[in-house]
Amino acid sequence: MRLIAALSGGVDSSVAAARSVDAGYEVVGIHLALARSGNGPAGSRGCCTPEDARDARRVADVLGIPFYVWDLSAEFQRDVIDDFVQSYDEGLTPNPCIRCNEKIKFAAVLDRALALGFEGVVTGHYARIVEGPGGRELHRAIDQTKDQSYVLAVLDEPQLAGAHFPLGDTRKADVRAEAAGRGLRVADKPDSHDICFIPDADTEGYLRRRLGDREGQLVDAVSGETLGMHAATYALTVGQRRGLGLTVPSDDGARRYVIGREEDGMRVLVGTEQLLSVRRIEGRGPIWCGPSPKPGARVAVQIRAHGQPLRATLEVDGGTVIAHLDEPARGVAPGQTLVAYDGTRVVGSATIVGSSA
Amino acid sequence: MTQPRTYVDHAASTPMLPSAADAWQRASRHVGNPSSLHGSGRAARRIVEESRESIADDLGMRPSEVIFTAGGTEADNLAIKGLAWAAPDRPRIVCSPIEHRAVLDPVEWLGEQGRPITWLGVDAVGRVSVDDVIAHLDVDVALCTVMWANNEVGTIQPIAEIAAACADAGVPFHTDAVQALGQLPVDAGRRGITSLALSGHKIGAPVGVGVLVLDRDARVVPVLHGGGQERDVRSGTVDAASSAAMAVAVRHAVTEHQAHAERIAGLRDALAAGIVGRVPGAVLNSTAEVSLPGHVHASFPGCEGDALLMLLDASGVECSTGSACTSGVPEPSHVLLAMGVDPALARGSLRFSLGRTSTPDDVERILDVLPRAVERASRAGSPTFRTVS
Repeated sequence: MRLIAALSGGVDSSVAAARSVDAGYEVVGIHLALARSGNGPAGSRGCCTPEDARDARRVADVLGIPFYVWDLSAEFQRDVIDDFVQSYDEGLTPNPCIRCNEKIKFAAVLDRALALGFEGVVTGHYARIVEGPGGRELHRAIDQTKDQSYVLAVLDEPQLAGAHFPLGDTRKADVRAEAAGRGLRVADKPDSHDICFIPDADTEGYLRRRLGDREGQLVDAVSGETLGMHAATYALTVGQRRGLGLTVPSDDGARRYVIGREEDGMRVLVGTEQLLSVRRIEGRGPIWCGPSPKPGARVAVQIRAHGQPLRATLEVDGGTVIAHLDEPARGVAPGQTLVAYDGTRVVGSATIVGSSA
Repeated sequence: MTQPRTYVDHAASTPMLPSAADAWQRASRHVGNPSSLHGSGRAARRIVEESRESIADDLGMRPSEVIFTAGGTEADNLAIKGLAWAAPDRPRIVCSPIEHRAVLDPVEWLGEQGRPITWLGVDAVGRVSVDDVIAHLDVDVALCTVMWANNEVGTIQPIAEIAAACADAGVPFHTDAVQALGQLPVDAGRRGITSLALSGHKIGAPVGVGVLVLDRDARVVPVLHGGGQERDVRSGTVDAASSAAMAVAVRHAVTEHQAHAERIAGLRDALAAGIVGRVPGAVLNSTAEVSLPGHVHASFPGCEGDALLMLLDASGVECSTGSACTSGVPEPSHVLLAMGVDPALARGSLRFSLGRTSTPDDVERILDVLPRAVERASRAGSPTFRTVS
C-alpha cells in the first residue's frame, strides 16, 4: 500500500511518516509550499519556511523515502487566506486550520495522491481513526492536551477514508522521545503556534493591512449609546475584551466585551460578560461523521480548537443543527465551527450562524 | 532503493570521469595556495597553469584567455554583467529568450537597473534567426548573448553566423556553451566570440568549477572583487584540484565528442521513436536535425510534468521537467513558451538527456514504464500546481 506523507518539517509529521514506513507502507514524502515565496511576512516562524522545507527533506533522507515539494500556494491563498480575510470582512470568526484540512490537505493533496495511485495521506495530526461497526470513526487523541480532532471534524467520509493519523494513540512527549530515538534532528523543534500565515500572531494588524481602516462605532448593547469608535471593527470577535480602546468606564466598572454586531457590521455591540452567555447555538451545513444523530441526542459540543466540551442536547432539522447547552457558554462567534462528540467519537460538525440565551 | 536506476538527466549533471576524479584526488593531496610564493604555492600554481594551458590548447585559445570560475553560472554572470558594465555608453543588451537562468536573470536584472533589453525571437524549434540578430545590432548595443545549444530542448544555434555578424557590427558576443561542449565541436576561438561559458559537471569534471573563455582584448568589469587572481577580473583562490579535473574533462570532451555524439544519437533516435510510437498523443519538442544528440524533450497532453517525473522516479527512471534550476515559480518553461508551445501542454513536458553512461537498456526501460506513467498522470488531471525543488 502506498501513502503520501505530508511532511511539514515538524516533529509530529516526521514520526507519523516514520511509523508508516515501519508499518510496511510504501511512503513518499511531500512538503507543501503554501506561502508564496518572496511574498512578505510568512517569515521565519510559522510553517512552510525554507528552513521547514529543509527539515522535511532531511527527515525523508533519514527515512529513506522519496521527497518532493508540492506548490499549493495558489490553492492556499484562495481557499484559506482569502477565505479567512473575507470571513472577517463579513463579520465572521473563521478557523483557517480547519479550512486547510478541509480544502488543502484532505482535498487538493488527497485527490492528487489518489489520482497518482496512492491510497491515502498520512499526517501528524493527533486524532484517532477507529474502524467502528458503522464504518470509519474519528476519535479524540489519547493525549487530550494535543487532541486535534476538532480541526479534522469537517472531513467527510471519503476524506476520512484516505486519512491516516498514526499519532492518535501517543502522547506528545513520547513522540518527541521517539523522534530522538530515530535520530531525527527535529525531535526538539518547538511546536508551531497560532496561524501559520500570521507569524507575529497580530491578527488585527494582518487584517488591517488587507482590509484597510474602516471606522465603526462601539455601541452599548443595552442602552444603544455610542461608547467610542474603532478603526477596524471587522477584526473584533465576539467575546473579545482587549483592544476595544474604550476610554469611558462602564457605570459599575465591569469589564466590557464584544457581544455581537448589527447587520451592516459597522456597529459593534459591547456589554458585560453576562450578555455573552448563550444556551442555544445554531449551526448550518452539518457534516456527519457516520450516521446523523437521533433527535434529542446527548452530546458534548466544542466551539473552539482548545475549548472545553459542553454538555448539550442536539436537534437536527435538515441543514440546521441546534445545540441546547446544559450550562451557558460564553463567546460564541458566528463562523466558528461547532463540533459534537459522543464520548471520544466525533459525531459531526457545523458552522455556527447564531446563538441566543 | 534496490531497483536499478536509469539516469537520463545528464544535462543536469553527468557522472565524473574516472580520469578526472583521479586528477582531482592527486592534486588535492597537496597543500598550497597557487598565489603563495613558496615551493608549495608554486607547485599548486603549476597545476593551475598546466590545466589552463591544456584547456587553452583544446579550445584553440591562449592560456590567458581561460579564466577559472566556480561554475557556469558565475562564468555567465561575469560575461554578461562584466561586458555590460564595461560599456556604460552602450546600454543595450541583445538576448535570446531561451537562455539558461544564469544568463536570463543577469540580463533581466540589468534591465531592472535601467538597461534597455532587446529580446530576439525564436522559431518553433527554438532557433534564433541570424537576420533578426543582424537587424538589432545597433550602435548602442553593449553585448549580444545567444547560447550555443539550449539546455531544455537541446536546440543548437547558428553560433558561427551570429558571432560573425557581431564581429562585423563591432558588438561583443557572449555564448553559454555549457550544454554544447562534449557533444558538438566547440570552436571558442571563432571570429566574433568575445566570451564563452563552460561548466565542469556537465562534462565529467566536479561540480563547482567552470571556465569563462574571454578574448584577450575584451574588457570586463569584475563581479567579485578581491585578490584579482584570475586576470584581475575574477577574485578568489583558484581551486587547483578542480582545475586539474576540468582540464582532463575538457580534453575528453574535445577528443571524444564525435564518437560520443554518434553513439548517443542512436539511443536518442530509438528513444524518440519509441515515445512517439508507444505513448498516444506525445509531441516531441526536440528534433534530430537541430538538437543536441543526447536530448529528447517531449510533451504529454493532459499530463502534469511533475506528476510524470514522480511516477517515473518511483519506477527508477530519473529525468527532468526541464531545467533543474527552475524552482518556486509555478510557470511553464520559458523556452517552450518562446517556441510557441501552448502553456498547458508545456507544463506536461519531460526532458530525457542521455550521456556517457547511457545504454540501450536504459532506453528500453524508459519505454517500458513511460506509457503507464503517462496514463496514470493523465488520470490525475491537468496541472493545477507543481512540484518545486
